[in-house]
Amino acid sequence: MTTEAAPVELDKRNPRGHFVSDSLVLTKRNLLKYVRVPTLLVFSTVQPIMFVLLFVYVFGGAISIPGVSYTNFLMAGIFVQTSIFGSTQTGVSLAEDMGKGLIDRFRSLPMSRAAVLVGRTVSDAGRNLFVVTLMTIVGYIIGFRFQAGFINAIAALLLSVSFGFAFSWISAAIGLAIRDVESTQAASFVWVFPLTFASSAFVPVEGFPSWLKTFAEWNPITVAVDATRALILGGELNPDLWQSVAWVLVLLAIFVPLCVRLYKKV
Amino acid sequence: MPIIEVSGITKSFGEVRALRGVDLNIEEGTVYGLLGPNGAGKTTAVRVLATLLVPDTGTATVAGYDVVADAPALRSVIGLAGQSAAVDEILTGMENIEMVGRLYGLRPRDARQRGGAILERFDLTFAADRPVKTYSGGMRRRLDLAASLVGAPKVLFLDEPTTGLDPRSRIGLWEFIEDLVDEGTTLLLTTQYLEEADALADQIGVIDHGKVIAEGTSDELKSMVGGDVLDFQVADRHETEAAAAAVAGIGREEPRIDKANGHVALSVESPVGVITQAVRRLDAAGIKLRDLAIRRPTLDDVFLTLTGQTIGDEAEPEDVPAATGPGRGHS
Repeated sequence: MTTEAAPVELDKRNPRGHFVSDSLVLTKRNLLKYVRVPTLLVFSTVQPIMFVLLFVYVFGGAISIPGVSYTNFLMAGIFVQTSIFGSTQTGVSLAEDMGKGLIDRFRSLPMSRAAVLVGRTVSDAGRNLFVVTLMTIVGYIIGFRFQAGFINAIAALLLSVSFGFAFSWISAAIGLAIRDVESTQAASFVWVFPLTFASSAFVPVEGFPSWLKTFAEWNPITVAVDATRALILGGELNPDLWQSVAWVLVLLAIFVPLCVRLYKKV
Repeated sequence: MPIIEVSGITKSFGEVRALRGVDLNIEEGTVYGLLGPNGAGKTTAVRVLATLLVPDTGTATVAGYDVVADAPALRSVIGLAGQSAAVDEILTGMENIEMVGRLYGLRPRDARQRGGAILERFDLTFAADRPVKTYSGGMRRRLDLAASLVGAPKVLFLDEPTTGLDPRSRIGLWEFIEDLVDEGTTLLLTTQYLEEADALADQIGVIDHGKVIAEGTSDELKSMVGGDVLDFQVADRHETEAAAAAVAGIGREEPRIDKANGHVALSVESPVGVITQAVRRLDAAGIKLRDLAIRRPTLDDVFLTLTGQTIGDEAEPEDVPAATGPGRGHS
């Protein structure tokens, strides 16, 4: 026994903890992972880059969109797809923390109950923002251009990342319910993959068979992609923009309380 | 007044009744060892007391706080170290401790200061700035224990703190745990290791199938077995039953046998003449022995007497849900 630990002054103001500072502590923890293991970040960019190259150079020649280059058409889909695929990591990471007993520790601490979830979803949104920014650079190298100015370009990136943020909460709910890393990963793929491809992300939905077209038109990913695309390509303000903001808010209104409830009962 | 008071706690997970009416009274500044096999309900009991699970029925207070109604306030006076070392592999030891300190409500500077002091007392200063993934199993457990102490808890819950550690690290960790108790921390420790409860606990509760079936000091429990134990191992394990039959009349009760390794154990009133008598009978039955001794009863004997099975037996599949089951831990 070398050092007598000094008596501690615990913050007694609020036994439920401090939502903002607790969330920041955990966001920092989650982001440090990418600083310490940069390869994680590298690999989360490899897949979207491959999608860009695949669609532009393999399928792109066979897809013609009137009035716009396919690369400019595609990038909105890539931004949203990247954010949505990235958001599936939220549930996987939560399941991983549960498996390691970290969630048990957090739940035994006098901290905010929502902070673990907010710290996770915010840091995943941060990572998504990094990745879509990188996709922009990759896009510029192969000829992509924002056509509607800087503000709209920023708005396009933020919109796709916000959509990913909302989907992170769906993924969190899945992770908290399933509690197992591999199963959560598999479960995310099952709904995210068809949802993303049965949308306007890569091709116009006009070419779909009518039943799929109906589905695609109602698909929130189509709404998000169309809104992002409108911000990239310019033109009149699109109702998809307000619809996609509404989708984000509705998803958050449903899944944030659901996740907090699941977290309390883990 | 006891610092932990538990009365009639039950908890079921679907069909599995993990706790079937647990009562506990634990005095401040003591170590209570909850001893039982896998699936006995130890982890569930700790999870209820550490506010991770809401019990179905019954009440429990820790340090004067109700574990359900006052859960948020209770959390600032408890510490928990679970079965797997709940530390972030990517962060350094110091960052882990700082993070937990911040979440206990310490200011950044205080969290760092206290983190440094705590790492020093757990002999981890040398590795403070190394990522935890480079730590050995023993170091991880020490860090986990250190993290559970950042908030200077009045009551500390240690759920199988040494499971999976090699004997040397286990004894090393015991020393740290003993020091904690010298400082007045009340400790509730679960274990399936008899020698661990024996070495650390003032009071021991034997838990099986969700109920505390016996309680007392190590000596009190041992005296429940009574007398000494005649313990021998036959050379040919197929003769275990025959050997048990041969010595049956010597003890106060039926001999307990372990056919897998040819062990026979038998409680005897008095050691006088027992060895001679046993050897004569076994010799007459033509049974060869590997060894034979009279020994003091261990907690293993207590458990056997109480439940008819050894602690090592897999009583039931692990019934604790979620992240705490064995095998979920990482390397």
